[in-house]
Amino acid sequence: METGGAAVMEVPAELQPFALTSKFDRGELTVEVAPERVVEACRECKGSLHFERLSTVTAVDRYPSEPRFEIVYHLHSVSLNRRLRLKARVSGESPAIDSVTAVWRSANWYEREVFDLFGITFLNHPNLRRIMMPDEWVGHPLRKDYPVEGYK
Amino acid sequence: MADIETASPALESVDAAEPESTGPRRMVLNMGPQHPSTHGVLRLLLELDGETIVKAEPEIGYLHTGIEKEFEVKNYQQAVTLTDRIDYLAPLSNNLCYCLAVEKLLGLEIPPKAQWIRVLLTELTRLNSHLIWLGTHAIDIGAMSVFLYCFREREEILRIFEMFSGQRMMTSYFRIGGLALAPPRGWRQRVKGFIDVFPSRVDEYEDLLTKNRIWIGRTRGVGKMTLEDMLDLGITGPMLRAAGLKQDARKDQPYSSYDKFDFEIPTRVESDVYARYQVRIEEMRQSARIVTQALEGMPEGPHTADAPKVVLPEREKMKTQMEALIYHFKIVTEGFRVPEGEVYQAIESPRGELGYYVVSDGTSKPYRVHIHGPSFGNLQAVPHMVEGTLIADVIASLGSMDFVLGDTDR
Repeated sequence: METGGAAVMEVPAELQPFALTSKFDRGELTVEVAPERVVEACRECKGSLHFERLSTVTAVDRYPSEPRFEIVYHLHSVSLNRRLRLKARVSGESPAIDSVTAVWRSANWYEREVFDLFGITFLNHPNLRRIMMPDEWVGHPLRKDYPVEGYK
Repeated sequence: MADIETASPALESVDAAEPESTGPRRMVLNMGPQHPSTHGVLRLLLELDGETIVKAEPEIGYLHTGIEKEFEVKNYQQAVTLTDRIDYLAPLSNNLCYCLAVEKLLGLEIPPKAQWIRVLLTELTRLNSHLIWLGTHAIDIGAMSVFLYCFREREEILRIFEMFSGQRMMTSYFRIGGLALAPPRGWRQRVKGFIDVFPSRVDEYEDLLTKNRIWIGRTRGVGKMTLEDMLDLGITGPMLRAAGLKQDARKDQPYSSYDKFDFEIPTRVESDVYARYQVRIEEMRQSARIVTQALEGMPEGPHTADAPKVVLPEREKMKTQMEALIYHFKIVTEGFRVPEGEVYQAIESPRGELGYYVVSDGTSKPYRVHIHGPSFGNLQAVPHMVEGTLIADVIASLGSMDFVLGDTDR
């Protein structure tokens, strides 16, 4: 629909070596990368593909299927007016992925939020603490097995 | 105003890693969560060496209400009411962004009239938000009267919102598939009456501030940041434009017919608090231009999409046509199913890039909704902006960010 000139139709050549799968749907490109190569892929995106901004980092809980978590990165290139979605899947058993704070400093809070609400650990993160919930909180509210009302 | 503490548990843990070398008398000042200049409940832990800030650490989460979780148990149309409550100074921008995202998933075509009304009201929202920003920002710095002037105009905008939706603040006027109600009788005169005088009101604010020596003294050269740092730290919106970047989602990725309007994107290069003030003042004038154009060129036609499975039927049809009654029953009891997929819709809210990431699994409730509030990205840059500056400048710097804590904490 109204994506303007923002759409990247197919996986750029620089990103090809990292792409496991890709999907172009409703004017938006999603590229799935292996979780252990996410920092490399992001560095490539920021460097040669000019994605200067990290719009957001979030996660989707696919409970009970495995790999359980999708970690979603929305990238934005201000200079080329483009957007791209990167995705990495990690398992529900002690989920962890490398932090991209070394690539974009803005990932700091975004990853803290995912850590807090989904319980996904970001390795090499400079300050991985809860950000929304109180420090002593037990559980991760946005997981699908966390109740919406009351206490379990 | 603020409590003075000698030690704070949150900062102690951060401190443990670094050596104590910055000076003999460092003090930790706990600004907020109830400080008037934090506009909500933001807690800033400031480590001071005299009056200079050595380290700043924002603590957020006081307004976290789990809205993203709440989305997952509401059906798509019900969830519109949640979006008002995220950024309570710009409810219609949030309504719009969410509706656009779901409409993109559904592949719905929105009739021109609904799109233009959406533009008109979203621009009034921008005015509303900027007026509150200007009033409170000025009051923080010490200019009391600007606040009263701004709230005079804001009141009229809220009355217009009430006229359209029945609500002053929690409007929920945009619905998936169009508008909640047909525009009310007499809305044109009301909006016209307001927008015709509004530019002269902006002149009044400028008379009070733009050449005011105290204002300039408190804002010029304060809170400077480079464009590279801003992009890297996640800042969007007027702050980027005050650093010289001509970036605005309304122009770059036009949505809801913004491409049919003629307006400018104001920029400045100084990237200080004063430049941000100038950018937002100019944005108000541009928004007024858009509203005037929307008013003059308002197309005729229906205010909802032709999609009986999504949009509630007219009351009259419901009473006379079997099919309409069935659709009504289905929509009210079950909602509508949204095809599987995921979209990220970004719009230009008054504060910067507002993004809704909506994931559908094919049912009538969203599987996951993530909201990227512009304030969340902006606030992250606070330490970078204030460290090394004087404590009095923190108030001006924070004010220039124009954050809303509801938008940050969600």
